Amino acid sequence: MTRRYFLPADTTAGALGADALAEQLQGALHEGETVVRNGSRGAFWLEPLLEVEEGGERIAFGPLDGRQLGELLATDYTQWREHESCLGSVAQLPWFKAQTRLTFKRAGIDDPLCLDGYLAQQGFEGLEHALHLAPEDIVEEVLRSGLRGRGGAAFPAGIKWRTVAEASAEQKYIVCNADEGDSGTFADRLLMEADPYQLIEGMAIAGLAVGATRGYIYLRSEYPRTWEVLHRAIGKAEAAGYLGDNIGNSNRAFHLELRIGAGAYICGEETAMLESLEGKRGMVRAKPPLPALEGLFGQPTVVNNVLTLAAVSTVLADGAEAYAALGMERSKGTLCLQLAGNIKRGGLLEVPFGMSVREVVEQLGGGTRSGRPIKAIQAGGPLGAYLPESAWDTPLDYEAFAGIGGMLGHGGLVVFDDTADMAAQARFAMAFCAEESCGKCTPCRVGSTRGVEVIDKIIAREDPAANMTLLEDLCDTMEHASLCAMGGLTPHPVRSAMTYFPEDFCKDVGEV
Amino acid sequence: MQDQVLLDQILTCHRNEPGGLLPVLRDLQDGLGFVPEESYSAIAEALNISVAEVHGVVSFYHDFRTEPAGACVIQVCQAESCQACGSRELTAHAERRLGVALGETRADGAVTLEPVYCLGNCACSPAIAIDQQSHALVDKARFDALTTQWAQESDT
Repeated sequence: MTRRYFLPADTTAGALGADALAEQLQGALHEGETVVRNGSRGAFWLEPLLEVEEGGERIAFGPLDGRQLGELLATDYTQWREHESCLGSVAQLPWFKAQTRLTFKRAGIDDPLCLDGYLAQQGFEGLEHALHLAPEDIVEEVLRSGLRGRGGAAFPAGIKWRTVAEASAEQKYIVCNADEGDSGTFADRLLMEADPYQLIEGMAIAGLAVGATRGYIYLRSEYPRTWEVLHRAIGKAEAAGYLGDNIGNSNRAFHLELRIGAGAYICGEETAMLESLEGKRGMVRAKPPLPALEGLFGQPTVVNNVLTLAAVSTVLADGAEAYAALGMERSKGTLCLQLAGNIKRGGLLEVPFGMSVREVVEQLGGGTRSGRPIKAIQAGGPLGAYLPESAWDTPLDYEAFAGIGGMLGHGGLVVFDDTADMAAQARFAMAFCAEESCGKCTPCRVGSTRGVEVIDKIIAREDPAANMTLLEDLCDTMEHASLCAMGGLTPHPVRSAMTYFPEDFCKDVGEV
Repeated sequence: MQDQVLLDQILTCHRNEPGGLLPVLRDLQDGLGFVPEESYSAIAEALNISVAEVHGVVSFYHDFRTEPAGACVIQVCQAESCQACGSRELTAHAERRLGVALGETRADGAVTLEPVYCLGNCACSPAIAIDQQSHALVDKARFDALTTQWAQESDT
């Protein structure tokens, strides 16, 4: 009898006790049974999620603790389905049925480092296809797919690639921005831990498209497990000839290096990240010149987010039309949403663009974990707006979000219940900017510090009306005069908190 | 400096690497637990940059320390997702329980308590990390269970 147990080795699964369960399980194996440490499927509310495969069927149990695993191991397998933690087949859960998985189609299925498993699931088909195309045809394919950058700015990937492809230089670079610092986002981490070869493949395709022979992944230091997985995946891809001097026996080279950041939020901004890769302080550069023309070490550089580069593998494997057929308007393909904060069912959802925030948070997310009413949803990371209930019917689409003064960003949705104090959240936004500002421009560096002071005065009811006006003015200055998005977008959470939740700022001052 | 051999090895390894300063500092901190100021001039010379540039980079990034940390480093996430699940209260509890303020190392050197902005466990907030091992869905009771050792030491 062969039976395989799957227990994720993912960061969040580990943070919920999966490693201890794996050890417990390992000690109780019978002959013919093996434990696979897979990636997570991203249903983090079910982690640790044990799946048992026997006779082609895969049954899930979760969220599982040591006592429950002990109970299962003490009973005959035929009785397991009766156990309180049994979920049946995960594919049949409403959470997964509502999704359209492209980028995350392999996440959680197998050991992320198993190259044969990757190849068996369409792995490296995109690269094989790209190796038979002229570079301009690869760029054309990405353009036609309508793929836009998944890092937040949503710039069309193909246009960026074309600029780099058309630039002439001795050396060009592909840089993957894996500095996922936004609270409420973990899609990059999940992808890198659950399906690292997909990112490697996407970067190699990008190298072929623009003529770059070197690539860097800039990974944040807060993700030690991710580093481990990527480090090993790069080594295995090199050994198998998917990276190196002769990728896929094509006589074309692509070398990939993993670099680790040092705990600076601003290094998620592309030019600050390039400075950091060059071994300097992560100071933002003025644009132009664009990194596409003068990027890393002054050379033409493609800078894309993890999910953007990963999606390229799918685009090249399935064709641009298949990708562009999903989505709405100018938001093509799928959107990777991350449900976080005070939410009952938190995790990653890959859905076509166009569902509403309310549908996602209430129906799929199940509302708050505390059981209290939702007060606000912060979309798009720490620099995104706090959305009140009147905005929850907005479809998840870049333009629709911009239309309500919000930002879809990287697709993070952080839920707050009615106990949240929005003045405290606004103050935090300014304090975070003050802490993490690179310091190069005055509006961001000084404006954020003054912002904290003004909000403190408002909360202390010190001339609140005049200070609210002053805060508005300060937000204007930061928005219009900052060098990059850090100072330019910090007014988003602050203003939305002031506009939609004024009662939290001046609890007894009615007219403000 | 006391660990000249280690520093030499690290500099040999990264000397010719483009943008090698961060990898040098990272390796040095991994090896010694901090980046001693006495190392700046040797690093600057090897990478052909100024001592001021080395100092500028070390002081810019949150990860680098110029003094040793406590025997154990506990980080509590302060970002929005964890705030929505009570990280402010959890932080106050951690300060009381460990007998040290956020951002500081306890006088006996047993523990450093630090803020962190996102460990990537946002679907299961609030999150903490103990010596880089992260723990999610941490309430006060779970925090106490995870940190029993240091709390006992501070009680005695």
